[in-house]
Amino acid sequence: MFILIVGCGRVGASLARTMLKEGHDVSCLDEDPEAHARLEINLDKAWEDMGGQFTVGAALEVEALTAAGIEKADVFVASTNGDNTNIIISQIAKRRFNVPTVIARILDPLRAEWYERQGVHTICPTRIAVEMLESEVREQAKRASGVAPKLGAADHEDDEV
Amino acid sequence: MAEPKRMYVIVVGAGKVGWNIARELIEKGHEVTLIENDRDRYQTVEQELEHNIQYGDASELWVLERAGVQRADMVIAVTGDDEDNMLISQVSKEKYLVDRIIARVNNPRNLEHFELLGIRPVVSATDLIIRLIEHEVPEYGLVHLLDLPEQHLEIIELLLPENSHVTGQRVGDLQLPEGTLLISVLRGSEGLIPNADTVLEPGDEILAVLDPMIEEAVTDYFGAEAVRTDEG
Repeated sequence: MFILIVGCGRVGASLARTMLKEGHDVSCLDEDPEAHARLEINLDKAWEDMGGQFTVGAALEVEALTAAGIEKADVFVASTNGDNTNIIISQIAKRRFNVPTVIARILDPLRAEWYERQGVHTICPTRIAVEMLESEVREQAKRASGVAPKLGAADHEDDEV
Repeated sequence: MAEPKRMYVIVVGAGKVGWNIARELIEKGHEVTLIENDRDRYQTVEQELEHNIQYGDASELWVLERAGVQRADMVIAVTGDDEDNMLISQVSKEKYLVDRIIARVNNPRNLEHFELLGIRPVVSATDLIIRLIEHEVPEYGLVHLLDLPEQHLEIIELLLPENSHVTGQRVGDLQLPEGTLLISVLRGSEGLIPNADTVLEPGDEILAVLDPMIEEAVTDYFGAEAVRTDEG
């Protein structure tokens, strides 16, 4: 599959490396030429020699998206550091270029929730982190209360799991 | 005298544009909330606008909700960032069902993205200045002034050339294409509202409102060397 990743930060670059290693065609677009170096972390060859593609350009520039291969992309991932940029370019990828699978990283849970309902496939790292933290804190609290139940409350807590 | 309706308007972005829009609307008696996400800028503007400005990032939905977007009659997104303007316009319109949206386009190349997302009307300073330049250049015989797509109308301006066959004719005798109305004629420094007896002269600048798609027929009729200045 041809995977286009827009925004080559820690998340984008890491995803790009993994997908390339798994045998996909991977193209990255980032406005910062220095982002290229992030693609080669822990690689023994150059990104291009591994078959990867890297384009410097702004996410909203149609020319840059085209140069990066959006017209033949099977999967489009919006992982820039701007929620609004990711939301807008995902809609461009979907509506204008008809990319079959479009995924947007959206940090703000409120925006993620609404756009998800509008049909934008979103990944919200904040929501995932909050859920994990909640479950971890709950777990710890339970463990702590098991070790040292509150004085005088023992009778009422029999039914607690 | 009928009072104009008092509107509730949310303006996003307290740059020069947003600040002045907010100030003008307040002077006209409207209720206004300006939203600014730069702390320093917020504090500067707050000294003048006081409770009419709120601090926050309007692309966070709770900030828009806190400003009362659900009851807003209009949202004007004029930040310096096109993605922000697009997002704020889109959620205002589609999530909060605000009737009227005005968005600023900073980079004219992004205009097509605003259109793709159905955000209009949009205002682009670059575009306006380009149009003014074209307006001042004589070889442009026609200036496409305004599209009113929802009303299915266009307003154009054309310059009557020396050799036009309509010079010397009464407006009432013109065989204008169906769906054309002449609004005004600028002659030298004077403007006049044409009636059936107005006689057209070479050099007249004519403003007309048209049904869409007949622009070419109209300019052909006037013999104006029409150069489209607007692709839209």
